Amino acid sequence: MKKLINKPEDVVTEALQGIAAAHPDLVRVHTNPNFLVRADAPVQGKAALVSGGGSGHEPMHGGFVGMGMLDAACPGEVFTSPTPDQMLEATKAVNGGAGVVHIVKNYTGDVMNFDMAAEMARGEGIEVESVLVDDDVAVQDSLYTAGRRGVGTTVLMEKIAGAAAEERRALKEVAEIARHVNSNGRSMGMALTSCTVPAAGKPTFEIGDDEMEIGIGIHGEPGRQRMKLKPVHEIVEMMAVAVVEDIPYAKGDEVLAFVNGMGGTPLIELYVVYNEVNKFLEGRGVKITRNLIGSYITSLEMAGFSITLLKLDDELTKLWDAPVKTPALRWGV
Amino acid sequence: MSVPYDQVVQFVRTFAKVVSENREYLTDLDSAIGDADHGINMDRGMSAALAKLDGVPEGDVGNLFKTVGMTLVSTVGGAGGPLYGTLFIQMGMAVAGKPELSSQDWAEALTKGLEGLVMRGKAEPGDKTMVDALTPARDALKEALEEGASFGDALRRSAAAAEEGMKGTIPLVARKGRASYLGERSAGHQDPGATSTYLLLKTAADTWADGDP
Repeated sequence: MKKLINKPEDVVTEALQGIAAAHPDLVRVHTNPNFLVRADAPVQGKAALVSGGGSGHEPMHGGFVGMGMLDAACPGEVFTSPTPDQMLEATKAVNGGAGVVHIVKNYTGDVMNFDMAAEMARGEGIEVESVLVDDDVAVQDSLYTAGRRGVGTTVLMEKIAGAAAEERRALKEVAEIARHVNSNGRSMGMALTSCTVPAAGKPTFEIGDDEMEIGIGIHGEPGRQRMKLKPVHEIVEMMAVAVVEDIPYAKGDEVLAFVNGMGGTPLIELYVVYNEVNKFLEGRGVKITRNLIGSYITSLEMAGFSITLLKLDDELTKLWDAPVKTPALRWGV
Repeated sequence: MSVPYDQVVQFVRTFAKVVSENREYLTDLDSAIGDADHGINMDRGMSAALAKLDGVPEGDVGNLFKTVGMTLVSTVGGAGGPLYGTLFIQMGMAVAGKPELSSQDWAEALTKGLEGLVMRGKAEPGDKTMVDALTPARDALKEALEEGASFGDALRRSAAAAEEGMKGTIPLVARKGRASYLGERSAGHQDPGATSTYLLLKTAADTWADGDP
């Protein structure tokens, strides 16, 4: 294992301390239990947004704490859900009297821990709305699985719901907008290489130099298919077809196209991918009216990318364009 | 025979040691069908529970189990935290205030623990989870006690049933948790949660059954 770390067990805490040192104007970091909140929390009268999940997906979620996006983020150990006490403390720290939305990616651990936290917070008189993200089309949704995983749409949901909360919309309305984003967003990812969890010290999976995994999750969990590497236009077509046909996105639709790096893929390649996505959607008459390109929901040092499409309407577009000021996403301010 | 309080503490200590010794093994099982953290997480949680033991007032088995459960909930994370946390908390509620553990107390603890586990994780037998080791272990314990077996013998039969249940997860297709995403590809691998559950019941037998043939 070759990593820029001191001790594997200190990675999460030391990264948090780094964020605290870098962005005191935007966030406050709390350790033991670990969570970070926007610098001006709690914002009185505003529905607060709390998310969280395993670490290793940076900048998600901590990088999205700030004006116009999340009020708090709870980082767990690498690829491990945070615990209910973190979520409860974060929920209490950001509650400005208008209730709290929990944004939960659909993984068994995250769901159970957030369930317990929501039960505890309600027990303390805080109104909590839980919103699930399950946008990964690589996973067949059926009664016999834990359901689709939450991936790229999470970033878009946190931005858009954050903007709605910033406008002082009521808790239930903010949660409804977040659910609306989830039902209009779909994603799929792929990997060229594996990733190494610091505490494990060895790659999560083996993959040949000439192979790729299509439909990978954001924890290196296997996807739909292992196959020989192909030119990027073929890879994008394969993935975009799966995404587009799932909702389906139709001719005349306006979408936000999010091309996300998995952590080990350079921006130049992400733009090559975006170019292919753009051509593919043009061919289908789907119009990209907003885009986001970069590494925002990562899987440590894994090389690869994911495509997320979000069907836009005027309201979602307006909320996407609204000002945001966080360590990782910033515009309009 | 009843298990005195200090032997229940010893069971918790030994389980922590067993988890630590099997950290790599559990994590390897989890890399095959999950996210490669089960051994790491359980080891972190049981180490934290060990550190709390000295501060627990003596003489209440229920309180001891609840303390372990609360510690697991707040330190393990993942799916293991809420599941093992709920298991121990419910076991603790079942034997609240007991200064020692009778065979009936342990059967009741496993029953309530299993109910809590199912409530939290919503898994059924055959889903390739902890439930597949715990259900037969509880059933075997009760059956042995109904047949008039000694507590020691019942514990050994319970551990053997857990082992069989654990091995029985190998051909199963996972229907809960991250392994369920693999579909058919999850078959052929032993479930890491069922494995740690077997280790829990084996530890109970190893700690308590000696001297009670």
